[in-house]
Amino acid sequence: MVVFGQFLEVLIGGLLAGVLYSLVALGFVLIFKASGVFNFAQGAMVLLAGLALVRSLDFMVARGIPTWAAIVLALMFAAVVMAITAALIQKFVLGPLVNQDGLSLFMATIGITFVIEGAGQMIFGSDVYPLRLFPTDAWFILGGIFDGGLLVSKIDVWGGLIAGALVAVLAIFFQRTKTGRALRAVADDHAAAESVGIPITWIWFVVWLVAGLVALTAATVWGTKLGVQFSIVFLALKALPVLIIGGFTSVPGAIVGGLIVGAGEKIAEVYLGQLIGGGIEYWFAYVLALAVLLVRPQGLFGERIIERI
Amino acid sequence: MKADVQERPEVAGVAHAGSDRVIGDVVLSVENVSLAFGGVKAISDVSFDIRKGEIRAIIGPNGAGKTSMLNVINGFYHPNQGTITFKGRKRSVMRPYIAASQGISRTFQNLALFKGMSTLDNIMAGRALKMRRGLLWQALHWGPALSEEIKHREAVEKIIDFLEIQHIRKAPVGKLPYGLQKRVELGRALAMEPELLLLDEPMAGMNLEEKKDMSRYILTVNDQLGTTVALIEHDMGVVMDISDRVVVLEYGRKIADGTPDEVQRDQRVIDAYLGISH
Amino acid sequence: MLYREAGQFKTSYAADMAIFPIRQDRIALIFLLLFAFVGIPLLANFQLWPLGSDYMLRAILIPFLILSLAAIGVNILVGYCGQISLGSGAFMAIGAYSAYKFGTGVHIPLEFLGTEIKIAALPVLPSILLGGLMSAIVGILFGIPSLRIKGLYLAVATLAAQFFFDWVFLRVKWFTNYAPSGSVNAPELSFFGYLVHSPIERYLLCLIFVTIFALIAKNLVRGNIGRQWMAIRDMDIAAELMGIRPLYAKLSAFAISSFIVGVAGALWAFVYLGSWEPLAFNIDRSLQLLFMVIIGGLGSILGSFLGAAFILILPILLDQVPHALGVPVSVETVSHLVFIVTGGLICYLLIVEPHGFARLWSIAKEKLRLWPFPY
Repeated sequence: MVVFGQFLEVLIGGLLAGVLYSLVALGFVLIFKASGVFNFAQGAMVLLAGLALVRSLDFMVARGIPTWAAIVLALMFAAVVMAITAALIQKFVLGPLVNQDGLSLFMATIGITFVIEGAGQMIFGSDVYPLRLFPTDAWFILGGIFDGGLLVSKIDVWGGLIAGALVAVLAIFFQRTKTGRALRAVADDHAAAESVGIPITWIWFVVWLVAGLVALTAATVWGTKLGVQFSIVFLALKALPVLIIGGFTSVPGAIVGGLIVGAGEKIAEVYLGQLIGGGIEYWFAYVLALAVLLVRPQGLFGERIIERI
Repeated sequence: MKADVQERPEVAGVAHAGSDRVIGDVVLSVENVSLAFGGVKAISDVSFDIRKGEIRAIIGPNGAGKTSMLNVINGFYHPNQGTITFKGRKRSVMRPYIAASQGISRTFQNLALFKGMSTLDNIMAGRALKMRRGLLWQALHWGPALSEEIKHREAVEKIIDFLEIQHIRKAPVGKLPYGLQKRVELGRALAMEPELLLLDEPMAGMNLEEKKDMSRYILTVNDQLGTTVALIEHDMGVVMDISDRVVVLEYGRKIADGTPDEVQRDQRVIDAYLGISH
Repeated sequence: MLYREAGQFKTSYAADMAIFPIRQDRIALIFLLLFAFVGIPLLANFQLWPLGSDYMLRAILIPFLILSLAAIGVNILVGYCGQISLGSGAFMAIGAYSAYKFGTGVHIPLEFLGTEIKIAALPVLPSILLGGLMSAIVGILFGIPSLRIKGLYLAVATLAAQFFFDWVFLRVKWFTNYAPSGSVNAPELSFFGYLVHSPIERYLLCLIFVTIFALIAKNLVRGNIGRQWMAIRDMDIAAELMGIRPLYAKLSAFAISSFIVGVAGALWAFVYLGSWEPLAFNIDRSLQLLFMVIIGGLGSILGSFLGAAFILILPILLDQVPHALGVPVSVETVSHLVFIVTGGLICYLLIVEPHGFARLWSIAKEKLRLWPFPY
C-alpha cells in the first residue's frame, strides 16, 4: 500500500505539474492556430509578463498601497506591457514578414525571444524575484487510506483550475466568435485571408495580445512556484514536447500533452532514475516526444499532412 | 468550346511530316487504376496504354484526375487498386526513386524548381542519378569527381543550347519570368535522359510564341531522341496538333481514347467540355 | 575600376566552376591566406599592434576560427540541406569527449562476454578525427527521424539529442575518467612530435584545420552532393521524383555536418579551452551557432565565417565602445544589449536580407564591379 501510495503521489504531482506545462503550451497553440507561426518567444513572454508583474507589485507594495489593490493594478500593468509588446512585434516583425514561409517566421520568433529577454531584463532587472500570489504549502489528502496522506501542492491545484478556466474561455473564443473564425482563416492561408478582407494586422495583434495574457497567467503560477527568473524561458522549450504529443493546433491536445509529459517525467524520474542515475527529467520529455514522432510524424492529435504537387 | 477543338495551323510549325519516327509497342500500361483520398475519388477504374515513341495527351476538364494520374505513374501516389506496367514490369506500388531510375521524369503543373539554385544547378541536379563518384572524391573536387562533373556539365550545356536558355544560365531561377522557369523545368526533366517524359501542363500561362517554342522542343525531343511523351494540356490546338493519341478523363473516369480526330468528334467529350452532365 | 571581369574569359568548364572565378578574388584570397599564415604570426612574434598581447590570439582569433568551423558544419545541415538543428552543441560535446577518451585510452570491460575492449591512448590528431567520426555516427542516428519528420518537429529531435547528451556527459562518469570535479583537462597537443603550446602555435593549428575543412566543405557544396542537399531543401518531393534519394542526401548531410561540428568541438576543448565541463556545449552554444549561420548567411561558406566573426565580436564591441566613450556600463547590461542587438539583427536580416551578411557581401562586390560608375 505504501508503494501504491507513493506512486499515486508521484502521479498526482506529475499530472498537476503537467497542467502547468499546458498553460505555457496554450500560448503556443493560440499563435500557431491563428497564424501558423511557432512562437519560440512564448517562454520569453512569460518571463516578461512575470517581471512586469512582480516588479510593479513590489514597487506599489513598498509605497504602501494595500496588497489587494496592488495585485490588481500590477496585473493591469503587466497586461498593458504585453499589449505594447504585441503591437511592437506586429508592426516591426510580423507585418513585414507576412508572406514568408514558416521557417523564416520561426527564426524571427527566435530573434524576438532574444530581444524580449534582453530588453525585459534591462528594464525590469535580472535577479530572482519571488512572487506570492498563491499559497505555496500543500494539502495532505486521503489520510485515511494512505498513511500520512498524499502530498498535493496547492499551487499545482490552483494552476490546474486556472488552466481549466483558460481552456474553456479559449474554446468558446475560437469556436463561437467571429474573431475566432477569422483567426482560423488566417492560420490556413495568410494571403488568402487578406484577400477576403480579414484585417491581418489587427488579427495578429489580437492573437499576440491574447497569447501575452496567457503568458501572464502562466507567469502568475510559475512565478509563485519558481520565482520570476531568467530560467523560466526554458519552459518554452519544455512546451515543445507537449505540443508534439498534443498537436500544435489543438487546445484540448495541449492539456492532454501536458498531462502526459508531466506525469511521464515525474514517474520516469522516480522509478527509472533510480536505475540510471537521476536527472532524467532533463531530457525525458524530449525523447518521449521523439518516440511519438517516429510512430506518428504529425503528433498524436495533429492532422495528417497530404502532400500535393 | 467547340470552336477550340479544331486544328490551329500556326502552332503546327514542326509537323510530323518527313520525320522517321517509329511508334513501337506498349511501354506503359495503366490497368484498372483507382485512387481515392479519404472520401474523394480522384481516379476511378482507369485503363489506357502508352506506346513507345508516341506523344500521348491526357486531357479533360479541371478536377478530372489528370495530375493524379501522372502522380500515380511517377510513384508519388499509390493507387488503391490496379497496376502499372512499365517496360514489362508490373507493379502497384513504386517508390518515386525507382520510377526515376527506370527512366520516367516529369514536369509539374505548379512548377517545382529548386528556387535557391541557378538554372545551371537546377538542370545539373537532374543528372544526380547518373553521377556515381563517391563523397571522398567530391570532397577533393579533383580527378574522377572533376571529370565526371565536367562530363555532365557538357551534357547539360547541350540541353541549355537546345532550349536556348544560355543567357540565364547563372541566374537564380526564382527571379526568372514564368515562361523561362517552365523551360528550365523542362530542361531539368530532359537532363535525366528519360524514356518516358511526363509533362503536366507545360504550356500553361504562355503566349503564342512561347507555345510554339515549347511545342517545337517537345516534338524535337520526341523525334530525335525517341522519347515517349505523356502530356497534360488544356490548349486543344496544341493537343490536336502534336499528339498521336489522346485519352480523355472526366471526374476520374476515362470517357474517350483514340486519335485526336476520333476524340474531337466524340459526343461525350464535347458534352464534357460544354459542361453537360451525364 | 579595379574590380572588373573584363578580359577574363573562361576556356574550360573547370575554370568556370572554380571557387573564385574572378582573378581579383583569387588575388585577394592569396593575400588573405598570406596574411593569415605568415602575417599574423609575424605580428604576434614581434608583439606589434593589434597583436601586442596574447589577448587577440587567445580570445578572438582562435575562438573565431574554431567557431567558424562549427558554423560551417551547422550551415551544411541547416543552410544547404534545410534541416533545422537545435542540438549542435551536443555534437560538439560528443566530438570533444570522444576525442578525450581516445586520447586517454579507452577501456570498456565486458564481463558478461568475458572480454574487454581496450584501446591504448591515441595521439592527438587521430583522437580529434575519431571524435568527429563518433559525432558523425550519432548524427546519422539522430538524422534517421528526419526522413519521416520535417521542419519544426525535427527541431524537437535535435533538442532531444542536446538535452540527452548534456545529461550523459554530466552523469556518466566514464566520459570524464571519473574526475571528481566533473571537468577534464585536454591531453598534451603533440602533433608528429611537435608540441603545440604557445598561442601562435595554437592559432596556426586551428588555421590549418579550418583551411582544410573549409576547402572540403566548399568542394562538397558545389558538387553533386551539394546540389542534392539544396534540392532536398528547396523541394524535397520534386527532388525525390528526380531520383535523388532523400535518405542518402539527408543522412549524408547529418553525417558530414556532425563530423565537422565534432572536430570543432574537439578543437574547442583541446586547443581553446584546455580544460572544460559539459556546460561549454549546452543549448546556449547550439543557439549561438544557429545565429551565426542565420546572420552570416544560410547556404554560404563565407557566411559561416562572417556570422562567427560578428557574434564573437559583438559583445566585445558593446563592452569596449562605451568604455572608450567614458560611459560606464555594467557587465549585465552588456549581456542584455548583446541579446537585444543579436535578436534585433536576426529579425532585421530576415526581413531585409534573408541570405544574411554573405548576400550583402556579394551585393557589395556587384556594386564594386561598376565602381566608380553609378551603373
